[in-house]
Amino acid sequence: MLRRASMLLACRPILAARARPFSTDLPAAPSADATFTEAWTKVIPNMDPPKTPLSFMQPRPPTPSSIPSKLTVNFVLPYASELATKEVDMVIVPATTGQMGVLPGHVATIAELKPGVLSVHEGSEMTKYFISSGFVFIHANSFADIIAVEAVPLDRLDVNLVQKGLAEFTSKLSSATTDLEKAEAQIGIDVHSALNSALTG
Amino acid sequence: MALAALRREGRRFAPMISPRPITALRSSPLAPSLEDEGPIGVRYISTQVVRNRMKSVKNIQKITKAMKMVAASKLRAIQTKAENSRGLWQPFTALLGDLPSADVKKNVVVTISSDKGLCGGINSTSVKISKGLHKLNSGPEKETKYVILGEKAKAQLIRDSKKDIELIITELQKNPLNYTQVSVLADEILKNVEYDALRIVFNKFYSVVSFVPTVSTVLSPEIVEREAESGGKLGDLDSYEVEGGETKGEILQNLAEFQFSCVMFNAVLENACSEQGARMSAMDSSSRNAGDMLDRLTLTYNRTRQASITTELIEIISGASALEG
Repeated sequence: MLRRASMLLACRPILAARARPFSTDLPAAPSADATFTEAWTKVIPNMDPPKTPLSFMQPRPPTPSSIPSKLTVNFVLPYASELATKEVDMVIVPATTGQMGVLPGHVATIAELKPGVLSVHEGSEMTKYFISSGFVFIHANSFADIIAVEAVPLDRLDVNLVQKGLAEFTSKLSSATTDLEKAEAQIGIDVHSALNSALTG
Repeated sequence: MALAALRREGRRFAPMISPRPITALRSSPLAPSLEDEGPIGVRYISTQVVRNRMKSVKNIQKITKAMKMVAASKLRAIQTKAENSRGLWQPFTALLGDLPSADVKKNVVVTISSDKGLCGGINSTSVKISKGLHKLNSGPEKETKYVILGEKAKAQLIRDSKKDIELIITELQKNPLNYTQVSVLADEILKNVEYDALRIVFNKFYSVVSFVPTVSTVLSPEIVEREAESGGKLGDLDSYEVEGGETKGEILQNLAEFQFSCVMFNAVLENACSEQGARMSAMDSSSRNAGDMLDRLTLTYNRTRQASITTELIEIISGASALEG
């Protein structure tokens, strides 16, 4: 019995040491998970606790002491990740308060976006997208997360359709009766006028 | 055909043979109704029943194989979508962290399950986890409500938690899944259900054979404020400047709603992938079982057939030798 106990004690650390090298994504902050797993195992002992999103994420680097030279951008849409941890010089986002330029070392910000043009500046090249609103999070470690619902490169937009849509929604606004219809028509006008200025400006 | 000829021969000699006591055959595993007695004492076991069974098992095998192929093709289609949507929830977790152990009064558990069955145990796992969360968050002044997506979870949860169910949504996959549909759904849920914390329970798709039950937590803006003030995980949320809008609260409200719809979109896609993968492996093991069963039935059939031929032969030969001798 004593031999088995000592064997178990010897096996445990070896297993733990072997488990680490093969796990590619280590949990970033297991402390929150630990309280949850403890509470779970107390109440429901015979089931494994479910995983939480933290265990699936790559940890973000901590805030560096000096301002880094490049901004790391994650631009995600529901259907694709347009840019994933891409290092750029600057991005200009269409926040609700106006066009906002984001450089490395920008103060940590949460900003809501309105329909407009997003431009990514990398060296001498600039890529422009028209986005249909979303959010941008700028973290202190020069990481920028831009989450938008739709994004299209500007050359995919058709001028005639934009004009037609603008006219249509303006007429809808004038003929709208309920608040809901008015709000919908207003949203349509906002998006189309933004599209218009994106194409012309 | 040979059997029929032998039977005819047997009947020719039949008047000479006295009816034999039918003891040996009754002890056979086949039911007594399988034995058929010919005109005078000629008996043969009907292989018809075994043959019918073999036919039906073979048909089932064909059906399950076809279902596996269909599930495989559906999985291929939806897997790319799910993998592309994985980047969607990461910024939110990076900003707001993940606090599944937050202590809140009004919990809402959103259980995502499939509409169709025959997909292994994934729906039962989701329901078990949801019930576990309900138990975990039970206490004085605390309440947990369910929002159910999918028929299978509805069937299981309606049995014992009927009064806790707020919303039931089915036929989600009638049209291909897209963000607009899910955001309308999220809007409905947010409008009709009061919540402090939303816990979304789904099966995350790791690979075709591995699905991990996961719970994603979305906190309401008031709870986010509370946690930020008390420090800890969300402590540095206050260091973020909030641009736009009149108040910080308004932006946080929009943020929570957007987060919920994004997390829901990813969860629904992952669950759909898990469903197809689970169905593939369930149908695969079912085909294999049907194949095994078919092998066993074939052996029984052959044994039965050979036994009846042997019996015929013995009777004929002994009859013939009785005549001579």
